[in-house]
Amino acid sequence: MTIFELSKSGRTACPLQKRDVEEYKLDPKFLREADAMLPEVDELTLVRHYTALSKKAFGVDDGFYPLGSCTMKYNPKINEAAAALSGFTNIHPLQDQTQGALRLMWELSRDLCAITGMDMFTLQPAAGAHGEFTALLMIKAYHNSRNDHKRNKVIAPDSAHGTNPASAAMAGFEIINIPSSSDGLADLEALEKAVGEDTAAFMLTNPNTLGIFDKNIKKIADIVHKAGGLLYYDGANLNPIMGIIRPGDMGFDVVHLNLHKTFSAPHGGGGPGSGPVGCKKLLAEFLPWPTVEEDNGVYRFSKPHKSIGSVKAFYGNFLVLVKAFAYIKTLGKDGIRNSAKMSALNANYLMARLKEYFPCHSQDICMHEFVISCEELKQRTGVSALDLAKAMQDKGMHPPTMYFPLIVKEALMFEPTETESKETLDNAADIIIELCHEALNNPQSFHEKPLTTPIGRPDEVKAARFPILKG
Amino acid sequence: MAKYYPHTESDIKQMLSVIGIDSVDSLYAGLEELKAEDIDLAEGMGQQGCERYIDKLSKQNKVYSSIFLGAGAYNHYIPAVVRNLAGREEFLTAYTPYQPEISQGILQTIFEYQTMICNLCGMDLSNASVYDGATALAEGLLMLAEKGKNKVLFSEGINPKYLEVVKTYLRAQNVEIEYVGLDGSGKTSIEELKRKLDQNTFAVALAQPNFYGVIEDAQAVGEIVKQRGANYIMSCNPISLALLKTPDECGADVATGEGQPLGMPLSFGGPYLGFIAAKQKYMRKMVGRIVGKTTDSKGKEAYVLTLQAREQHIRREKASSSICSNQAHCALMATLYMAAMGKKGMKEVASQCVSKAHYLAKKMTALEGFELKYGGEFFNEFVIRSKISSDKIIAACREKDILAGLKLGENEILWCVTETNSVEDMDKLIEVLKEAM
Repeated sequence: MTIFELSKSGRTACPLQKRDVEEYKLDPKFLREADAMLPEVDELTLVRHYTALSKKAFGVDDGFYPLGSCTMKYNPKINEAAAALSGFTNIHPLQDQTQGALRLMWELSRDLCAITGMDMFTLQPAAGAHGEFTALLMIKAYHNSRNDHKRNKVIAPDSAHGTNPASAAMAGFEIINIPSSSDGLADLEALEKAVGEDTAAFMLTNPNTLGIFDKNIKKIADIVHKAGGLLYYDGANLNPIMGIIRPGDMGFDVVHLNLHKTFSAPHGGGGPGSGPVGCKKLLAEFLPWPTVEEDNGVYRFSKPHKSIGSVKAFYGNFLVLVKAFAYIKTLGKDGIRNSAKMSALNANYLMARLKEYFPCHSQDICMHEFVISCEELKQRTGVSALDLAKAMQDKGMHPPTMYFPLIVKEALMFEPTETESKETLDNAADIIIELCHEALNNPQSFHEKPLTTPIGRPDEVKAARFPILKG
Repeated sequence: MAKYYPHTESDIKQMLSVIGIDSVDSLYAGLEELKAEDIDLAEGMGQQGCERYIDKLSKQNKVYSSIFLGAGAYNHYIPAVVRNLAGREEFLTAYTPYQPEISQGILQTIFEYQTMICNLCGMDLSNASVYDGATALAEGLLMLAEKGKNKVLFSEGINPKYLEVVKTYLRAQNVEIEYVGLDGSGKTSIEELKRKLDQNTFAVALAQPNFYGVIEDAQAVGEIVKQRGANYIMSCNPISLALLKTPDECGADVATGEGQPLGMPLSFGGPYLGFIAAKQKYMRKMVGRIVGKTTDSKGKEAYVLTLQAREQHIRREKASSSICSNQAHCALMATLYMAAMGKKGMKEVASQCVSKAHYLAKKMTALEGFELKYGGEFFNEFVIRSKISSDKIIAACREKDILAGLKLGENEILWCVTETNSVEDMDKLIEVLKEAM
């Protein structure tokens, strides 16, 4: 039942005081014909409705959430407390006397530079894809500023996140997809062939979407740079190397981070995120404005010399910045580095426990995540990656990412993150192994699963064919 | 030392032995030469130390007791019930609802959000939200792009910060922006619009109310745009839509806007919420997530992410946009806000904004040397020209803990009034202005 179906004419939860001035009536020619159809409910009905809905959602606080490439780590409560401070929530973006907010943004930028090995950061982009778009515009502006107008192609591996090619297209580039080698790494030969005087950039995430660290990274950087292109780091997978190995030292020129993944800001059911972009000096003058600068302990906004413009009305998702700031300040250098290590340890442990049951595509040692294939299981039993994932829901865990990366058939991608205990990982491994046995013995049972969730499997074809998009 | 991982030494030992290596550092074997020796990051403060430090930073920001500044970010009353329900961890700590069976709560709230936005705008469909009002306008314009046309007409009444963002987005697609100025009443000039609207124009963009608070004759603009066969996009303040003609009634194809007034605090500019709603024929061009209603295997009502063939994870470079996330938690706040205020309450907020803004404008213009810059009907913002300088007014206000409006020029200020400004606050502001004279 929706909130509209709970409505009754005349009810309201509106807490407003009475108007204390004379009513002003606008010229009727500007007014809408009928009132907007909005719910009419009392406050308790409202509370019960949305409390019930919240119970039909699953967050990190509810259970294990090994969603690959999404870094569903615990979101510390101190982050929320910090972001709820009146000195942050009740300041207008265009007001004066905001030195505390500016200083926070400045320090966060410096800390992100230290972690990534970059020279400058913008905190304006609202999400990872937004950061990609921003960085690609900077790359475009860089080449154009050198009168190098023929660089209109962006190269990305076929294992890349879908946002990579989509952002490149939005930034006005053509996309060249290159295949990965059989072990899931960037194919150096294919890259050599693809680069040329039309190459604007190569987009890469390292570790890649199979959770493998590409040890050829310096060679890759050389190939791209020799061709006159720039190397772009998709920061979605930074977690297992944060503070240990830096994109800047690997040869990357520009990076976007996901503060809602790596730096523990909550995902909010799909946002708001934050996707800061950091760059080496050669790109700094193209950063979007405003950026924050410091002068003798005084902080202010400024506009880089050849800025690409703004990508958001104000300065970014400020409260998300506060959460990431709290995380970094609480943990500090050792805490950040150790968290990275424990994320790799957890992924390798879970992988080791599942290895004998599924072919694994992430080499002997993975980083933050690993990918298994259910292809064999499906051939033998008819139970697919999807079936297995749905069955996990009945066991109280969130399924891993399904069918990604596209280069592995029947893929399940696990990213446990560092905040999970050995007991949680053992429990998850036991569940998956048990399901594996069940698939061999009783494959038919899977097609009905999940059985204990608020709904069974939804008819997605019907949803797309006969779209009902509002109530 | 502060940490959020639970590993004990014996855990680590046992885990390493299952993996078959002897140390955690072995996980990084072969990467030694890439490792950063030291990084310029301070040691951790721990939770207690961090809380103290951040609290100190927050106090270095001035929280005004009385706010008359709007210009794209509005100080409205946020019911406690909105903050409370939005804080529920299931909503906050969940990912994008990829697994519908355990995400019905999030999917249904987005569906309700889409319904409310559609009803507010008179539109057929809405997405699950985008980053903010500025990017909503930019993405909305890109949705309307047509082959063989490369110009948009952009009203100068649109927030200049939105223009900055739109320029950034459209430049990448080689779309030209031409501007339509305002007439003496502060409305977008119909004459200039007619003159500039040519065969090469694929869209006309208008703000309602505009940046200077003036209510546009949006229906008249719509008629002209339709006559010439172009597309029409509006950027609206959602509170105003409780009273004003809907974008649909004005003939718009796409309605966008900044959702922050719907229950989100000012927060130094974000996170906010961009909404995009459109007529049915733009369904396949809509950007971002959309939730649809369907049934489950047993015929039970169910909600899912749908029409995903438009999106980046399927279409890659051919997607309608690269947007992946939305501002789901902000959309939740907007849903809670609209549900709490309800049909009557939303109208009441809008009407109080209008009445109070007119009260203040009347009091201000009664002062010697203060006049309204524009003659047009206004919503809750208005531009005042004064003999005394803007700087002097703003400084005088600051001294009395009042955040004055936005300085537009040496003697021009854009003032904003909402339902949060009491008659006492406004009378106090008038006294401050009198003293400043």
